Amino acid sequence: MKTNASIPLLTVEHLTMRFGGLVAIDDVSFTVQNAEITALIGPNGAGKTTVFNCLTGFYTPTVGRLTLNTGTRRYLLERMEGFHINKHASVARTFQNIRLFPNMSVLENLIVAQHNRLMRASWMTIGGLLGLPGYQKAQKQAVDLARYWLDKVELTDHADVDAGNLPYGAQRRLEIARAMCTKPVLLCLDEPAAGLNPKESAELNQLISYIKNEHRIGIILIEHDMSVVMKISDHIIVLDHGSKIADGTPEAIKEDPAVIAAYLGEEA
Amino acid sequence: MAKATRPPLNWLALFKESGVAALIALGLSIVMFGLRTVDQQGGLGVQTRWSWVVFAVVSVFIGRLVLAIYRETRQPPHTPSGTQDSEQNRFAEFVRKISKVVAPLLIIFAIALPFLPFSSRYIIDVATLVLTYIMLGWGLNIVVGLAGLLDLGYVAFYAVGAYSYALLAYYFDFSFWICLPLAGIFAATFGIILGFPVLRLRGDYLAIVTLGFGEIIRVVLINWYTFTGGPDGLSSIPRPSFFGLPFSRRVPEDSETFHTFFGLDYSSMHRIIFLYFLILALALITNFFTLRMRKLPLGRAWEALREDETACRSLGINPTNTKLSAFAIGAGFAGFAGSFFATRQGFISPESFTFIESAVILAIVVLGGMGSQLGVVIASILLIGGTELFRGLEEFRMITFGGLMVAVMVWKPRGLLAHRDPTLRLHAPSHTPESHKSNT
Repeated sequence: MKTNASIPLLTVEHLTMRFGGLVAIDDVSFTVQNAEITALIGPNGAGKTTVFNCLTGFYTPTVGRLTLNTGTRRYLLERMEGFHINKHASVARTFQNIRLFPNMSVLENLIVAQHNRLMRASWMTIGGLLGLPGYQKAQKQAVDLARYWLDKVELTDHADVDAGNLPYGAQRRLEIARAMCTKPVLLCLDEPAAGLNPKESAELNQLISYIKNEHRIGIILIEHDMSVVMKISDHIIVLDHGSKIADGTPEAIKEDPAVIAAYLGEEA
Repeated sequence: MAKATRPPLNWLALFKESGVAALIALGLSIVMFGLRTVDQQGGLGVQTRWSWVVFAVVSVFIGRLVLAIYRETRQPPHTPSGTQDSEQNRFAEFVRKISKVVAPLLIIFAIALPFLPFSSRYIIDVATLVLTYIMLGWGLNIVVGLAGLLDLGYVAFYAVGAYSYALLAYYFDFSFWICLPLAGIFAATFGIILGFPVLRLRGDYLAIVTLGFGEIIRVVLINWYTFTGGPDGLSSIPRPSFFGLPFSRRVPEDSETFHTFFGLDYSSMHRIIFLYFLILALALITNFFTLRMRKLPLGRAWEALREDETACRSLGINPTNTKLSAFAIGAGFAGFAGSFFATRQGFISPESFTFIESAVILAIVVLGGMGSQLGVVIASILLIGGTELFRGLEEFRMITFGGLMVAVMVWKPRGLLAHRDPTLRLHAPSHTPESHKSNT
């Protein structure tokens, strides 16, 4: 186990989520460090996406505390509702089944992600309607940030194309760029490599590592593709049937008997 | 080259298809054309018109057959999707070019219309009516086209606007120019009051609730006799003044009217033309407001909300406030249009605010292409102007109208001008990824 003296970015304690009689997550605790990639793996139905939905405010956990510590402020995510988690606590996410704005252009997708900053700059629309210079400047900055991320995900050429017309791999990358445009401190990626070919997977690895190294933010990753998980993650958490069965470095996880049993079945 | 490989026409199948169509036509035309009730001595009598039925059935049979043969002989078995795409792109390009030219031309034409030689009182009245629906269509376009909230009770806000003007004028003696903004504010308030509890609903459920709200407003207006005049309506609503100068023939003591102030002879057309320009200005304000909103973060958030609400929440956009703002602004414009309606008619009653009005406004938005400003204009001219135009067809007016709508939905299922231009571009419009790649 790695001992880190600094306070973790995210601390999950005793997270439990019940849907009626079904226990989707049962008393899961883990931490996520800043500037590290934490992978959340496990067989289908292990409760990985449910953890994400609790973290990003789509579900309110039945039990548990989710503390986000940005260094300057502490947020209790389980008490925040829906959009507040992105707006105030700066947690961004992507979705397992891509959720872009398909009939809006690629650039517009990235501008919408900067909604709250632009709303403030436009004085809740009133200043924008009057054409105040402050808003023009803010919009220019927003476009610059969008252009930066378009460069990073190699979509600059397609900036004015409708997002729904992009090929699948490009849509995945755009969703990550859109999440990054909200300037998050914690990025939650739900199966970013699903449906990608090996070449695209490798490019995705580079992108995620780049985000970690250059922007120094925490990343949580749900992934089935072990070539991605083992290569880039610093820390792996394994869930099975809603409980945490292992937690450690990729090397340790590879050897863990409980993990092997969960994935391959136990020897009779 | 394809001719040699095409299989021969299957005449039996074609005849069968046409036969089925003719049979449906028979069933429909017996009741629609075949039997007609006429006034006779001693009550109603039935007149039969079998020749009409025969004509309808035969023409449907032949029409269907021709259509089927055309389809079989012309259409290649497989349309490559690429050509369809490029055709769509070409159409989009065409629409973009056309709308750049057509929109200013339409505005110039609208301004010049009252002064053109052929314009009569009838034409200006119809144009005013069309403009009222254009304004309502543009207002509803914010709610349905941009924010994607299906509102079947839009006419309720129109009614709120009309009644707030009439009641404020009746009880407090306010003038039109004070009532106009108040009516908009009242309608927007009603939008917020309705929106707050129901905007958590999505799609069909929202449509049902708004439909109910529209009816509630109408039923309240009918039954609150002491306040609203109930089914009798409110009459003698004050006419608008030209910034304080009334349009009346009789000149009141120690004040002036429009025609004396400008040294004109009195003409009843002055007021008609003034009303026309008033609604033109109101409609254009709605249009420019919407166009501007689309380029602002709130407008983009409306569109994003239409596309995917879950994604919006994950990006920190407050869905409730964003939807409420769209609902309230759309309602506000309906309120403005409502107070214009009240002042133009001089008389309002709940009869003017039935569900069919909501349906017509929604039809304008859908037919024009959701979110398309020019589409709303064309659809209003077709739908409202068209019903006037088809007045000569008498009993076949509605069937022509219905046929037109079916035709539009068959050929352009997403509306006449469904194309959407990005509100912000990184490259010039002519830029395509392919051309860029070949350059580098």
